[in-house]
Amino acid sequence: MSRDQEILLNIADLDLTFPTAFGPLHAVRGVNIELIRGQALAVVGESGSGKTVTMKAVAGILPPNTKINRGSITFTYSNQEGLQKSTDLLSKGKRWMRRHINGKRIAMVFQDPVSSLNPTMSIGRQLTEGMIWHHKASKKEAWNRAIDLLEEVGIEDAPKWMKCYPHQLSGGMCQRVAIAIALSCQPELLICDEPTTALDVSIQEKMMDLIRRLQRKRGISVIYITHDLGAVARAADMIYVMYAGKIVEKGMTREVLYDPRHPYTWGLLLSMPDLNCENQRLYSIPGSPPTLLQESQGDAFSPRNRYAMIVDDKAEPPMFAITKTHAAATWLLDARAPKVEMPDELKKRLEGMKKEAGDSGRG
Amino acid sequence: MAEDKKEKPLLEVEGLKQYFKINKRHTIKAVEDVSFAIYPGETFALVGESGSGKSTIARSIIRLYKPTAGTIRFLDMDISSRISRRENHLLCTQMQMIFQNPTASLNPRKRIETSIGEGLDIHHSDWSKNRRREKIMEMLIKVGLSSEHAACYPYQLSGGQRQRAGIARAMILQPKLILADECISALDVSIQAQIVNVMKAIQQETQTAYLFIAHDLSMVNYISDRIGVLHRGHLLETGTTKELFSHPIHPYTKSLLSAIPTLNPAEGKKRMSVSYDYSTSGINYDEGEYRLVGGSHMVKCTENEFKRWC
Repeated sequence: MSRDQEILLNIADLDLTFPTAFGPLHAVRGVNIELIRGQALAVVGESGSGKTVTMKAVAGILPPNTKINRGSITFTYSNQEGLQKSTDLLSKGKRWMRRHINGKRIAMVFQDPVSSLNPTMSIGRQLTEGMIWHHKASKKEAWNRAIDLLEEVGIEDAPKWMKCYPHQLSGGMCQRVAIAIALSCQPELLICDEPTTALDVSIQEKMMDLIRRLQRKRGISVIYITHDLGAVARAADMIYVMYAGKIVEKGMTREVLYDPRHPYTWGLLLSMPDLNCENQRLYSIPGSPPTLLQESQGDAFSPRNRYAMIVDDKAEPPMFAITKTHAAATWLLDARAPKVEMPDELKKRLEGMKKEAGDSGRG
Repeated sequence: MAEDKKEKPLLEVEGLKQYFKINKRHTIKAVEDVSFAIYPGETFALVGESGSGKSTIARSIIRLYKPTAGTIRFLDMDISSRISRRENHLLCTQMQMIFQNPTASLNPRKRIETSIGEGLDIHHSDWSKNRRREKIMEMLIKVGLSSEHAACYPYQLSGGQRQRAGIARAMILQPKLILADECISALDVSIQAQIVNVMKAIQQETQTAYLFIAHDLSMVNYISDRIGVLHRGHLLETGTTKELFSHPIHPYTKSLLSAIPTLNPAEGKKRMSVSYDYSTSGINYDEGEYRLVGGSHMVKCTENEFKRWC
């Protein structure tokens, strides 16, 4: 982390709308995300919060009817001569993206491995396709590299699997193959869209370990998109919490998990059952996420927020900085706001977590 | 299994086998000699990885499959073989299912009201229109929807609201047993909590028993009274939630428990998940027998394994 703080990806004030039959749908409302080279970042939020759309913008695979209102996505990469180059990805066309970015420098792993692989192509062909196209590798060279890759992601007997088709593999193996395909062209950034949601608990953990190991070994940066904070708690360096197309809280993983400041983060943490404390009722965030078709004037979270104030309906809160890296967008952090503490249940739970962490640190 | 309980079990599954014949040579043994019981008003959870036979058991219980062997007793009737029309009628009112995907299980061309009221139309066709409507409204409010949702079509509702409608539909005939097959897996974390709370509140009010099928163990820990761990069609370990979580015996249970994600980054980093591979573990499920560990805690293993693990 501390070796060089070079920024690999900088999403600045990204704002997108989709025209729909019911009017414009404002999916992403001014998102700022910074990713430092070699780090792992997690974007957490409910479905419909705009996390996938934001990452699709980075990969240049937005649907054609998207309207980009403003913002930029600056990606720093090394070109063929090994020189550092920064480009605004939004200004580039689809053809340029396919040639220089997709798969080659930014690779993506999708949620459902079984449906993201092509059922009519053998594993081997899908693995070598990118290498032959991007790196002009010969078929034989690519084939050998593909076998190495399969072994790297933990598939034994790799040559045997090369000629198999996706339906012959289990879900966990398909996801391993999908990760191998994503890594085949040595990308600098790997985007994992809900990499574990479609998988079993027992395999989930193995997948996260695998991605983490590969990240360290190859020094690539990873972006996780997820709604499960538990899944990324130990994999991510930074956590961005997203709600209704905006970042509501960001910070180092420890800061967000041990000292959350936004009521939405509190709700997210509380709605996950904890193994240690036994309470009668699980806390849940009331209501459901807003539809984003209507423009709200104030804080989009205020209808579901039990700490909402009058100002929340009038004006959108800016990001209030708590530490150098930690910030949250809630008026509760304003100097004029009444002092509000997080719910007692959560406080108890966090204290327990900190204690455990302290014990393990000493031990 | 839990003989010390005074009550009579609501549902008893004994030696259930469910095989699927693919062709002459190949038969899939989806469920292999599974026995358990569910008591009135309790929540029994079945956990295990995909392909372990959780859903197959639920489908056998609700008579979607004809069991290869074994008996299923519900309310003192044997429902594993042919049953009379009257018994079938009774079964429909007493046992209901909540499905995994609320979008696919609600008819897109019917209003929520029609979908929920269908059970009433069949089993209480003598009810007046007003009484029917009142009952539907009562159910809607119970699951946390409002009366305006009655006239909506499923596409007009969000995922969480649709699952609530699915619960209302299952609950409207006041069944004694509900089979919830991964009913929260497709929902967002914050919505999952809402649905689980609704299910718990209804259980307290009506004393409905749940067969809860899930792979999210932290949620299972929260909702269920007793748990059964399934792997490759074998019920490996059963016991109360406390027994199983504090003192797991079977290596597979241990590996499942160790895979629960934790929120604590510091703890998560030091923790190692226990991996388990059936083919290299040297355990043969077919040789195992149920052995009592203590209380209602049972584990399926041979005598040697029992000595080694305990």
